[in-house]
Amino acid sequence: MFGAGGGTSSYREAEEADLVILWGSSAREAHPIFFHHVLKGVHRGAKLYAVDPRRTSSAQWADVWLGLEVGSDIALANAIGREIIHAGLVNQEFVRRATANFDAYAAAVEPCTLEWAEAQTSVPAEAIRELAHDYGRADRAQLCWTLGITEHHNATDNVLALINLALLTGHVGRWGSGLVPLRGQNNVQGGGDMGALPNKLPGFQDVVTNLEARDRFEKAWGVGIPPRAGWHLSLMFEAMERGELTTAYILGENPIRSEADSDRTSRLLEGLEHLVVQDIFLTDTARIAEVVLPASASWCEAEGTVTSSERRVQRVRRALQPPGQARDDIEIICELARRLGSDWGHPSSEQVWDELRSLSPMHKGMSYPRLEALGGIQWPCRDEQDPGSPFLHGRLWEEDPERRGPAAPFFAVAAEGPLDLLDSEFPIRLTTGRRLDSFNTGVQSSQYATPIRRRESLNLSPEDMSDLELTDGDRVIVSSRRGSVEAPVLTDSSLHRGLAFMTLHFPDEVRTNRLTLDAWDPKSGTAEFKATAIRVTKLRAAVREAAVQGAPDPVA
Amino acid sequence: MSLSFVAPPRRLLTITIDGRTVKVPEGATLLEACRQQGLDTPTLCYLENLAPVNVCRVCVVEVEGARVLVPSCSRKAEEGMVVHTDSERVRASRRSVLELLASSVDLSLAGPEVKRWMNRYRAEPERFGPAAPAAEDDRRDRARPGEHHAPEGQVAATVAQPVKLDNETYIRDYSRCILCYKCVEACGSEAQNTFAIAVAGRGFEARISTEFAVGLPDSACVYCGNCIGVCPTGALMFKSEYDLRQKGRWDEARQTVTTTICPYCGVGCNLELHVQDNEIVKVTSPLDHDITRGHLCVKGRFGYQFVQSRNGGDEGR
Repeated sequence: MFGAGGGTSSYREAEEADLVILWGSSAREAHPIFFHHVLKGVHRGAKLYAVDPRRTSSAQWADVWLGLEVGSDIALANAIGREIIHAGLVNQEFVRRATANFDAYAAAVEPCTLEWAEAQTSVPAEAIRELAHDYGRADRAQLCWTLGITEHHNATDNVLALINLALLTGHVGRWGSGLVPLRGQNNVQGGGDMGALPNKLPGFQDVVTNLEARDRFEKAWGVGIPPRAGWHLSLMFEAMERGELTTAYILGENPIRSEADSDRTSRLLEGLEHLVVQDIFLTDTARIAEVVLPASASWCEAEGTVTSSERRVQRVRRALQPPGQARDDIEIICELARRLGSDWGHPSSEQVWDELRSLSPMHKGMSYPRLEALGGIQWPCRDEQDPGSPFLHGRLWEEDPERRGPAAPFFAVAAEGPLDLLDSEFPIRLTTGRRLDSFNTGVQSSQYATPIRRRESLNLSPEDMSDLELTDGDRVIVSSRRGSVEAPVLTDSSLHRGLAFMTLHFPDEVRTNRLTLDAWDPKSGTAEFKATAIRVTKLRAAVREAAVQGAPDPVA
Repeated sequence: MSLSFVAPPRRLLTITIDGRTVKVPEGATLLEACRQQGLDTPTLCYLENLAPVNVCRVCVVEVEGARVLVPSCSRKAEEGMVVHTDSERVRASRRSVLELLASSVDLSLAGPEVKRWMNRYRAEPERFGPAAPAAEDDRRDRARPGEHHAPEGQVAATVAQPVKLDNETYIRDYSRCILCYKCVEACGSEAQNTFAIAVAGRGFEARISTEFAVGLPDSACVYCGNCIGVCPTGALMFKSEYDLRQKGRWDEARQTVTTTICPYCGVGCNLELHVQDNEIVKVTSPLDHDITRGHLCVKGRFGYQFVQSRNGGDEGR
């Protein structure tokens, strides 16, 4: 945000804040150790808000739960913004000095009254008002979000709507106040840091507009870098559809199981001329590859770094010998380069990292010995005296306009609901998420035993269970406009009428992603996993028997 | 924008420890002051990542002018305090604590420092007589308040009882439990906030219990293992460690400990992988790292199996 692709705060700030808002984040289950920090804050007297369609285990710790309709986040955020403006809680000094486009934002949210928002979101106007006033008045406030905000077709707009609130109130750039996107995987942040974004070189240096950076990389690498943004994942699939992308080299991903609308994903990957998969497992995606490169597990069989949600670069280290012929990722990539005609030698992870440091100013001060000694360093860290950056954007508070730098702009965004509309045929809203003991498609988590593991189920509200005459364990067919799956049902009192919940953890039992819509956000490329329109049909015994006797999809 | 954080300057206090005049920062505990002076002060219920609960009393010191001995782990230094850490009173008190615990609890896995302290304070737990026979099954769990009968004095009362094996994740061997409360604190407001366990009962019948003494799978436990991470006596133990010990294969001398980062969510928890014969045998987290302070979730603590099940090569999904 404001040019840096990372959260602005340290986890410690949640302990010292007066107000913590978890928006579209069940940190209790998805980021449990971050939630420990939040709870330390709660025990010290911080007020906790949870904004989530489900009354999650995180929401159960909250002082106030705003149970909004799936995908109505912008309506809620805009109404909060309007209320902050009308209640005179705008941080005038901060807005005047450090931001731009306030007037346009104020005009855009003017129609978003509390009453309008209540109608849009189903959150009582009084609760919206309370959040707005508490956020406006707090001395230190942390606004945290996760995939409940970003797995929507308008993900970027959702994030902008939240950033606008921090700009209105000056809850950014100070210790204790910040914007905290919690990353879902151990190196999502690091992937971005290292330039695994279609328009960025390592260190978030823009490949199109940052001529100086591009020149630096071209000199170091001795090759020309195409001065244009590449494709993100969703665009790649579209390019496969058009027949433009015919070869893929996939490292450590299992898109057949993890991507929305998995039938389409399978079809596209199977249609490639050449597919190479580098993974620690023979995943479903690896099974259809022409070449499989067995890799070592990056977190325990290799040396390197990862970056956490608080921008802390930390070392991963080799504790185990990899099995069989599995090799280190760096070794595989360099060997591949050699066979393609470029000899990159046999660099160690530290040598690769030092090259990165020489090209990415924000990582320059992070030598391996310093990362070791300091227990990780938060970027930016510009030289070897720099202790790193516990929070970002402190410059916005500088008195001196020169040091304050460019203003942080408001971006007015319009509310827009999910694309997969509810109607009489598909009347129930399915949303997805994680459970404490499991992770993504289960490749990692399905292999350890824990007594809290539950198998996949379609969770329904007590009201829908009763309407559909279902009891726990009954099997149903869940259908969306894209496909159907069979699943057992489970009563879940965290859900309201019309809202259902599933995970992606057990694709062997229930391929939830046959249902989800791959409509994606044009700005970030994220698919709308969080909002699918479904129909639930009770599976009669006879139908079930037919299914068991080998009826093919969609009932499999 | 970089900013480094330096704790606000703290006033230095002058205190006397064992005749030596020393300066300690305001707010420091007497234990910190003793450690700063290199004085080996025994502790059992104290841990850097938990708030002191003052239950074991093995860290007591004598403060001049105070009627009773004070627990050094929680008592803060005050200007002019005169502290004795090795007076006859302190030695006798520490000896009693160690003797009573060692006569009633199996301290064999409690770490070499406990044996060192027992030698230093000449603790003789055997003077209470031979150990009473172990309790059967869940007798101690069923004890009701007021049920305790005065012993005859021929044998030393103990908390010996069968190991509780009710899940595949960790075991509970309350024959080794000194009731230090660390597990209760870690499960409670100090870290996990699940509150699955508490101390039940009174006096010698006091024990760690789930609600209504149900088995772990029926309790509120979420299997984060943070209780195991803080247990000082081996009463709570990873099943992986327990099984290897049962087979006589647990060998810390052959283990390496490597710090790395958890492979699951993006919080970036530091994991210490304890590896024996190229196999992860347990996972801990450093107490002094800001992200975890030693505490993990169920995935970080137990979710490592996937890297070790690859030799078949066909398990991926």
